[in-house]
Amino acid sequence: MAGNDAAVSARGLTRQFGKLVAVDRVDLTVPRSHVYGFLGPNGSGKSTTIRMLCGLLTPTGGQIEVLGLRIPQQAEALRRRIGYMTQRFSLFEDLSVRENLEFLAAAHDVPKERARQRVDELIALYDFADRPGQLAGTMSGGQKQRLALAGAVIHEPELLFLDEPTSAVDPESRRNFWERLFELADDGVTILVSTHLMDEAERCHRLAILDRGRLVADGTPLELTGALAGRIVEVVTPEARKAQRALSGRPGVLSVAQIGSDLRVLTPPGEAALSNLRRLLEDAGLPGHVAVVAPNLEDVFVEATRKREGGADTAGRLQA
Amino acid sequence: MNPRRLSAVMVKELRQLRRDRVTLAMIIGIPLMQLVLFGYAINLNLRGLSAGIADQANTAGSRAVVMDLLATGVIKADVSAVAPQQLMDSLRRGEISVGVVIQPDFERRRSEGREAVQVLVDGSDTVVQSAAIQLAQMPLDNSRALGNVTGLREVTAAQISVISFYNPERRSAVNIVPGLVGVIVTMTMVLFTGVAIVRERERGNMELLMATPVSVSELMVGKVLPYAAIGLVQTTVILLVGLWLFDVPIRGSLFDVYVAALLLVLANLTMGLLISTKAQTQFQAMQMTFFVFLPSILLSGFMFPFAGMPRVVQWIAEVLPLTHFLRLIRGVMLRGAALVELWPSVLALVVFTTVMMAAAILRFRKRLD
Repeated sequence: MAGNDAAVSARGLTRQFGKLVAVDRVDLTVPRSHVYGFLGPNGSGKSTTIRMLCGLLTPTGGQIEVLGLRIPQQAEALRRRIGYMTQRFSLFEDLSVRENLEFLAAAHDVPKERARQRVDELIALYDFADRPGQLAGTMSGGQKQRLALAGAVIHEPELLFLDEPTSAVDPESRRNFWERLFELADDGVTILVSTHLMDEAERCHRLAILDRGRLVADGTPLELTGALAGRIVEVVTPEARKAQRALSGRPGVLSVAQIGSDLRVLTPPGEAALSNLRRLLEDAGLPGHVAVVAPNLEDVFVEATRKREGGADTAGRLQA
Repeated sequence: MNPRRLSAVMVKELRQLRRDRVTLAMIIGIPLMQLVLFGYAINLNLRGLSAGIADQANTAGSRAVVMDLLATGVIKADVSAVAPQQLMDSLRRGEISVGVVIQPDFERRRSEGREAVQVLVDGSDTVVQSAAIQLAQMPLDNSRALGNVTGLREVTAAQISVISFYNPERRSAVNIVPGLVGVIVTMTMVLFTGVAIVRERERGNMELLMATPVSVSELMVGKVLPYAAIGLVQTTVILLVGLWLFDVPIRGSLFDVYVAALLLVLANLTMGLLISTKAQTQFQAMQMTFFVFLPSILLSGFMFPFAGMPRVVQWIAEVLPLTHFLRLIRGVMLRGAALVELWPSVLALVVFTTVMMAAAILRFRKRLD
């Protein structure tokens, strides 16, 4: 095992709820000071995995080591060193910004003097200087999310778990939020963030793709997309629906998805992709222009999950 | 237990409470409302029962007896009838609660020492019945009692005299107000902590709390202590108003009264916590609270005398904190007893609190599974 330079490592991590296997033999290594993404649709086991990693859920099987501590046995010792931002806003809605931060500082054993300093600091840094007395329950989605992040870092944790932090937030707040995450990573904080949004996944240093409890791919976004180079073909045709029907399920076509008025086709590795598609279109009597395009993470996701089921419709479960 | 984290939980609870107007209103509103309601409306010592009188003798002596009966103030003459049958009808129709029948041969019966006057009672209300029985025990001038006729049963003269210690005027408020401290505290305290944990679970705060170093015992104790203070505030309100409106005496030491109150407050708060670890929603917690509250009111001796209950029910009552508190508070406030003299009930409350708190802490896991 990578030992000291891995913030999180898990081997064979499994969790069952009754008969349902929510997380199935997942192996993970999260390097320090990285922004590490968990990408997967709803129900793919992202939250369950995060909860097991921070010691809130007992795994059914497998080993976890977080910051050198064995989890869940040493979970209490871990609490002071990690920050956890839950998927649903979990700060106290009937407490003000300052009161929430004060509580969390004390709850994490931040010494009194330091706590006061830290609360003031975060109120300024997270743009609450004009409203430290506002009740959390009366704030907008973006403000709540900012406050939740401030609360998660109040004790200056080494490792931050963020469970779909931007699900209730507008695009601009999302961008600002990610700026803050990178600032934290620059300061040496390791961040594990789950998302079902492709554009967020692309920002991560490294990614793990989860599908129905299984880890189906991991690596940097570039590695993941690079592995598909030359296999993504864009079909520009006036009759996209007909063309999709003509191509689906044919040899040399692994999946077809309509993107706007064009089609995006995943082909097997090899050289004959373009000519094969041209022939299929001609056979169907459909006009069209084909070109190889750069793969994106959605393509990676489709390719990674294709082997486990019919293929194409999986892509629809992710939001680009 | 880390004092800084414990105080953080307590401060948080108090701040949340300060913003919760409904709960704040309940803290003072419930005691005041109940006190006035119970203190004034519940009067076990009845006066002004409407009565029908059939004086078939109509002699100077019989009229004097009627005047004597009316002079007690227990009954007032609403119907005057000629025949006993008329009184029976009025009784059945609910027009009167008591009927007084004086036999035509009243004078002769009285001189012979036989039953001379019958009191017909609406026995469907036991309180009315007992009031009428007291009436029947009023001695006539030849020291013979009137007869009681619900079941044509004769009640002879009160040859055993009863001396009522501690509440000679037999005012209900004196008996009810100390007990009311217990009833109100039971009702509000169990409710407060009953929803305390569930509410955080429902609002999603629990997952956040679990991920902090705050320990289960810090969380539990931190939630109980602020409400304990509130319980004592309620006690003070009830005692002050009880003193002011109803002249309820505090014959024992005030310190003992507060210690007894604190014991009950803690017993109920910890029971509420246990409920809270079991309930899935705030609504469920409320239901469970009432499950505890009703037996407390009915079986503790607040409503009905403990001594009169069947053995099995007494066992159940012995488990309820309110039963023990009533023994303590009536002992201290009304009989001037010292708390140490009542140690079995003190011990019972301490054991109850310890068991509840331990069970709540053991039941609560800092895990989501």
